[in-house]
Amino acid sequence: MQTIEAINPQRSPKEAPGKKAGVGLTAIVWRRFRRHPGAIAGAIVLSIIVLSCTLAFLSPYDPYRSDITSRLEPPSLAHPFGTDQLGRDLLTRCLYGGRISLLVGALVVLVTLIIGVPVGALAGYLGGWVDDVLMRIIDAALSLPVLLILILLSAILREVELPAFERNNVVLIALVIGALSWMTVARLVRALFLTLREQEYVTAARALGASSLLIMSSEILPNSFGPIIVESTLEIGWAILEESGLSFLGFGIQPPTPSWGNLLNGAQEHIITHPWLAIFPGVMIFLTIISVNYIGDGLRDALDPYKVLKQIAEV
Amino acid sequence: MLSYILRRLLQAIPLLLILSLLLFTLVNLAPGGPLAGLSRTRRASTEKTEQLKQQFGLDKPLPLQYLIWLAGNDWMRVDLDGDGVKESYGTRRGILRGDFGFSYRTRQPVIEEIRHRVGNTMYLVSITLLVVALIAIPVGVLSAIKQYSTFDILATTLSFVGQAIPEFWLGLILIFIFYAWLENPLTGQPLLPVGGMYTVGAPFSLLDRTSHLVLPVIMGMVGWVAWYSRFLRSSMLDVIHQDYIRTARAKGLREWAVMFRHALKNALIPLVTLFALDFPYIFAGSLYVELIFAWPGMGRLYYDSAVRRDYPVMLALLIIGAGLILICNLLADIAYAALDPRVRYD
Repeated sequence: MQTIEAINPQRSPKEAPGKKAGVGLTAIVWRRFRRHPGAIAGAIVLSIIVLSCTLAFLSPYDPYRSDITSRLEPPSLAHPFGTDQLGRDLLTRCLYGGRISLLVGALVVLVTLIIGVPVGALAGYLGGWVDDVLMRIIDAALSLPVLLILILLSAILREVELPAFERNNVVLIALVIGALSWMTVARLVRALFLTLREQEYVTAARALGASSLLIMSSEILPNSFGPIIVESTLEIGWAILEESGLSFLGFGIQPPTPSWGNLLNGAQEHIITHPWLAIFPGVMIFLTIISVNYIGDGLRDALDPYKVLKQIAEV
Repeated sequence: MLSYILRRLLQAIPLLLILSLLLFTLVNLAPGGPLAGLSRTRRASTEKTEQLKQQFGLDKPLPLQYLIWLAGNDWMRVDLDGDGVKESYGTRRGILRGDFGFSYRTRQPVIEEIRHRVGNTMYLVSITLLVVALIAIPVGVLSAIKQYSTFDILATTLSFVGQAIPEFWLGLILIFIFYAWLENPLTGQPLLPVGGMYTVGAPFSLLDRTSHLVLPVIMGMVGWVAWYSRFLRSSMLDVIHQDYIRTARAKGLREWAVMFRHALKNALIPLVTLFALDFPYIFAGSLYVELIFAWPGMGRLYYDSAVRRDYPVMLALLIIGAGLILICNLLADIAYAALDPRVRYD
């Protein structure tokens, strides 16, 4: 009983009495989220980062055109982050790089949801041999050495000439990372569906003649949104870290297109003499990840006041 | 229990076989073929490439190549001198018997390459883990005992910070601080060395070894300290509110005895399982450390092989990595059952 109340706070008796009628789920979640200082700070910092990356075109500098007269300048008023080995403004490049890194993060989460939610839903709702087969596949995928396979695939893929992507295919890299990280979502969704399918409202819907597809998509799935949102938020941070790592190794986004990871790669040889080249892109990654993690933490508290996520994860 | 372990081990075999088949096919269908790394750097003529292909057995049909890679060719007759007559037995023993072929890069047996490196990685990883345990356990326990104290808030905040710092960035920053910026006041040299496991050419000294370890260990440890201290804190908090802790207190035991003998022991159970699951990732994560600090370990070997597309070495490390994960998953389950008498496998 407690599970359903917790997953759908709207129906929670603790919240319902004493509150004005018509207070929506979003309002309740927002009110709880607001009480988490880390989450609010994270949301503000992340908004600033996303906004400035979106508005990067306002910069007076071109992120690609080199300027030999101003190579490796330390941070100054004209160049707040300094300039790189080709005289390009590092702030501009960090912002354009942020576009790529954030885009990869978002795309990866999209891919993990597209694969993970149906797989987990089918396994959890149908059970039986479907569950057995899907779980075996999930276990197999979980036993892959992800970082090593990412490197192998990227090493191969950067040689492939595909007409649709050309070189530097952000989409391709996101697909590869996503294809190797949907398992957590699938397991979470499976556990949620396994728990929720026993609820009365599901039985009621079934008694009314609803098809399995309808029950899954319009009864159980909306009630699983909370934990899925939390997981996806944390996944964004993980995906950005993974992409930066790959690009840092030289197997992700290839220069001259900037990404936070490959900016760090380029900074490696200048670390002793020109440390700002490494400091700023890293700070951008760090601020993004910590913001996302705090937001995820705040969302978890807001969407899941009874901490049932943990119990469900053990199913 | 024994039959459970056996069953799990048997289940792992088809999984590894499928994985090996997939990876092998992937590598061989890669553009430029498996020799791409070689021919591009050496600008070999077509004739030379053909010769190399024959030397590495790449002229045979793919399924046969897979079979040879897997099971060797010392049980079948092969054509060694290229005259079209299969006159002698092959020399490959196959990965099933520990023969991973030859590295394209160094022309050495892959297994030798790995053997030279595995100790170095183990050395780095084990010392990193020791430091992780020495820091994470006290911090996690103290945070839980003094929940919401200044220490707890500070530790929790730092664990958020630690988990958000990209490992490779931390490495670069450490190099800047301890190599470029700070210097040893006695000699005027950089405070800490940043490359390799010891000073090349210098006689063995414990101080030299240790100083080479400091930065790689810090870089490798931060994320894991953050992760485990946070996990142990919440695990301790779960345990502290159990009835048996109240019983222990009611018996009149001293608080530290309650915490360390009764609470910590139980709080560590989920941590052991988690650790077994994490171990392969700790191993893989050392790739960044080894790369930045020029540590001659397996991660660096994998990176160098990937850059030169030395597929035999990559395949070997991938298979070993997958095997390690499977074994660690099994160990996690066994530890779970062994440490918690309530859990039974049939």
